[in-house]
Amino acid sequence: MKPAAFDYYAPSTTEEALAYLDQFGYDAKPLAGGQSLIPTMNFRLAQPSVLVDLNPIVDLSYIRPHEDGGLLLGAMTRASQVERDPLVAERAPLVHETMPSIAHPQIRNRSTMGGTMAHADPAAELPAVAIALNAQFRIRGQAGDRWVSVDEFFLGMFMTVIEPSELLVEVRLPPMPPRSGWCFREIARRHGDYALVGVAAMVTLDGGNQCDQARLVFLSVEDRPVPARRAAEMLQGQTPTAEAIQAAAETAATEDIDPGSDIHASASYRRQLAKVLARQALTQAFARARGVA
Amino acid sequence: MSNLKTITVTVNGKHYTRDVEPRLLLSDFIRHHLGLTGTHVGCEHGVCGTCTVLFDGESVRSCLMFAVQSDGHEVTTVESLGDIDNLHPLQEAFMEAHAVQCGFCTSGFLMSLIPFLEENPDPTEEEIRDALAGNLCRCTGYQHIVDAVKLAAENMAVQS
Ligand SMILES: Cc1cc2nc3c(=O)[nH]c(=O)nc-3n(C[C@H](O)[C@H](O)[C@H](O)COP(=O)(O)OP(=O)(O)OC[C@H]3O[C@@H](n4cnc5c(N)ncnc54)[C@H](O)[C@@H]3O)c2cc1C
Repeated sequence: MKPAAFDYYAPSTTEEALAYLDQFGYDAKPLAGGQSLIPTMNFRLAQPSVLVDLNPIVDLSYIRPHEDGGLLLGAMTRASQVERDPLVAERAPLVHETMPSIAHPQIRNRSTMGGTMAHADPAAELPAVAIALNAQFRIRGQAGDRWVSVDEFFLGMFMTVIEPSELLVEVRLPPMPPRSGWCFREIARRHGDYALVGVAAMVTLDGGNQCDQARLVFLSVEDRPVPARRAAEMLQGQTPTAEAIQAAAETAATEDIDPGSDIHASASYRRQLAKVLARQALTQAFARARGVA
Repeated sequence: MSNLKTITVTVNGKHYTRDVEPRLLLSDFIRHHLGLTGTHVGCEHGVCGTCTVLFDGESVRSCLMFAVQSDGHEVTTVESLGDIDNLHPLQEAFMEAHAVQCGFCTSGFLMSLIPFLEENPDPTEEEIRDALAGNLCRCTGYQHIVDAVKLAAENMAVQS
């Protein structure tokens, strides 16, 4: 046997699951898609003594339109469902474009929306996309629900504001304003692998074709997804010419991020990739916002 | 073991009821408890793809699920495809195109490709390469594997 022994509970409601989490505290872990938790258990890097399997909770798996034009995604919605859903393609095209970059079909058939957010891997795509889209997270405890904005949700590597006795139950994506454009780009050694660097871009133009708002978020550069704030400020109110985009991409790669070196890439290579990817993503996003791509 | 759980799983159409420890991986359950050794086990962290089986018809890593999670569900392994006298067209194509060298990765490739070809009966080379990205072949015979998928798609189109 590879994983250490644990007690297994498979509740069919969120309330029951929360009761188990409350009872066992730090010893217990929720099991979602298992595509990050089980590998770490196979290596005994994680040895929870209780697993609370969320898979039987069918109520947590859904993709619903929000009346404001946005989307509500249940925590147990599989990546493969999100990837194929026409409503996601229409209302959150940035998410739709990103999905094929996440791992492989066999992994996406299991991994979940809630799991990827709660796991908070700095190399994961969807946390960065969630920041670019200004997502909100519904976190449930026995005392009730609380909403947390994406800017407060990620605390560091594999760390979020979710308490051990709580569950992430829903991700809310606000509607995209009119005249918006999006783009996701990443570089990985092999398609489907974790990226060396990736970037999610969301931009909105005003009536005069100037940048009303830009959000540019990197993954795989620090211990959590990093929004490029200075680059975004530079673009605001500007006409997004090739020069303006190039200047913003350079600022993003030199001032907004502080990447480290590891066995996959050196810090300077990561900056170089960040610059190129930011330029490509912004160019494409602005073209889409103008309706010409 | 104190915390054994009784599960009933349908594997390749046959019902099995067994007592398992929660920490038993689905891959080890299939091999050691059911004796279906066509499913291979490589990296045990989801990277190599050799343990791929179908879970309720979708391809998954059997090393990244616990056997208890399959209670009441349907698992399909490579043994369901065909036997030596009566191979599945995909297996025939792998043989014909020399897509099998040492054979260790083969069952994982086959089980990833079964749902892929159902959804994409006439795939482009790019789609094929994308579909294969989650399976490793350390004999590095990818070109032949790509050829085999094309051949299988052609043969299966003729047959249907
Ligand atoms: C080979 C391979 C390649 C991969 N490549 C990528 C990739 O390129 N990009 C990428 O983003 N990911 C990748 N992944 C990871 C995959 O997407 C993970 O499945 C995902 O990050 C975690 O989702 P999960 O549903 O599997 O969560 P699990 O593994 O079940 O859980 C992860 C963690 O989150 C906790 N948790 C889960 N759900 C909740 C909840 N609702 N509330 C509170 N806590 C919860 C669990 O307790 C656990 O600590 C890869 C995985 C593999 C095996």
